[in-house]
Amino acid sequence: MKILVAVKRVIDYNVQVRVKEDNTGVVTDNVKMSTNPPDDNAVEEAVKIKESGKAKEIVAITVGEEKAQETVRKALAVGADRGIHVKVDGLIEPLAVSKILQKIVDKEKPDLVFMGKQAIDDDCNQTGQMLAALLNWPQATFASKIDVKDKTLEVTREVDEGLETIEVNVPAIITCDLRLNEPRYASLPNIMKAKKKPIEQINASDLGVDTKPRIEQIKVEEPPKRKAGIKVANVEELVQKLKNEAKVI
Amino acid sequence: MSSLLIAEHNNNEVKPFTLNAITAASQIDPDLHVLVLGHNSETVAKSISEIPNVKKVIHVDNEIYNNYIAENFTSAVVKHAENYSHIICSANTFGKNLMPRIAALLDISQVSDIVKVISADTFLRPIYAGNAFATVKSNDAKKCITIRPTSFEPAETSGGSAEIVKGDPGEPSNHTKFIKKEEIKSDRPELGTARIVISGGRGMQSGENFKLIQDVADKLNAAIGASRAAVDAGYITNDHQVGQTGKVVVPDLYIAVGISGAIQHLAGMKESKIIVAINKDGEAPIFSVADYGLEADLFDALPKFLAELNKLNTIQK
Repeated sequence: MKILVAVKRVIDYNVQVRVKEDNTGVVTDNVKMSTNPPDDNAVEEAVKIKESGKAKEIVAITVGEEKAQETVRKALAVGADRGIHVKVDGLIEPLAVSKILQKIVDKEKPDLVFMGKQAIDDDCNQTGQMLAALLNWPQATFASKIDVKDKTLEVTREVDEGLETIEVNVPAIITCDLRLNEPRYASLPNIMKAKKKPIEQINASDLGVDTKPRIEQIKVEEPPKRKAGIKVANVEELVQKLKNEAKVI
Repeated sequence: MSSLLIAEHNNNEVKPFTLNAITAASQIDPDLHVLVLGHNSETVAKSISEIPNVKKVIHVDNEIYNNYIAENFTSAVVKHAENYSHIICSANTFGKNLMPRIAALLDISQVSDIVKVISADTFLRPIYAGNAFATVKSNDAKKCITIRPTSFEPAETSGGSAEIVKGDPGEPSNHTKFIKKEEIKSDRPELGTARIVISGGRGMQSGENFKLIQDVADKLNAAIGASRAAVDAGYITNDHQVGQTGKVVVPDLYIAVGISGAIQHLAGMKESKIIVAINKDGEAPIFSVADYGLEADLFDALPKFLAELNKLNTIQK
């Protein structure tokens, strides 16, 4: 089997995000960037499947500006075999990303496409499902367990009520939940080796996909601030405050 | 034109978040139609027809909708989408799984997880786990929208009498098979809709210690939540997780016990009306969002808290 894994470069999950003063977006200059966390789970799962002998090749792909390549390089350092970087500048919506991925799938013909369930920047949670629709492939979203069978996958999904298990035929799109696995760290020798692995660069415009946003971002604002609270001295005071001041019990 | 909302249900009952989504949908367009895809689901269609905000119910009853398979639902929704300006559903795991599949087939750039309707094409939505709010305007002719349920009140469920019309099913997919669903049953209020939520974090140290949380939850008729750290450590099952990648809750009272307050957790609870934090680390970030902070060892404070609550005789159920 051949697995295509999509990764996205986002503001690191530990960074306190700040809104720009002119309300046009969030501050990204001199801010630490990393791979979207559930995309790391997607890479890890693909590598595990390859290690189990069930996959032959892993191709890591990202769509984004020049520096987005770092996320592909990181995937190469933990076990992906080669990379693809589709270059596009500025904001790009999930619909356009899924159309780009569709073109790449047509060319690469993977059996499986893995990616994180959601990117932690725009929190859209769309790309995997959209790609599945465009390809008319089955989808298994929010995967927390993947069992690779002969021509099918059995996938356990994290849903509101608990866990759901479905079986999807290959080829399929899987979006990965954080609990799917524990992503490994790249070792120094593997980071060095990854520098020699090939990354193919493609311009989005050469793929014939319209990447113009359909959604206008009118403004971006700080969330409403909570007014400062107080520290209470003991449990008795807490209960009195909840009863008499907040009146919630 | 009208709006079309896709109902979530279990063939017997409407899921509560559909009611919140109905409220938002009727703010977008008062001529709201609801699509019920189910199997032996007459009671669901009937109860939705009694919601005053709903003007028409389209009921498609077919065995392919016995279980919720996004592929099967998508084909039916696309078939019915033509005469609608907006396709809408709730932004929980049901709608998150389904709507993008519909949007891609209709070539629409979806607006996910809105918390406020500004106009029929402009919406407010949180980004970066709620650390910023974006006002966005959709320029697609038809729009696909998912609704953050906890940001809207549930719709009234009685007094209406919308007509129910039968609709045609879509094409079934033979590439996806439902195997099983492991629902965790509980007598407690549902986490997403509870008036009081008490959550435990890594500070609980073990699954057994969640008994302390349960005792207080029983007393307050509260739902039980958890941080991702507590879930990952195996103290409690994932359906309890509150946060960016878990559930978003907006109760009247949220009690965070032994939770440090990672950005991802705050994203799931910081809109709560009153927040209480109990933590022995006075520098924990959770205190920055708490209305009432108690710097104490939770193993000492929780039993005392329960004892104090027992002294009150006015606890609202």
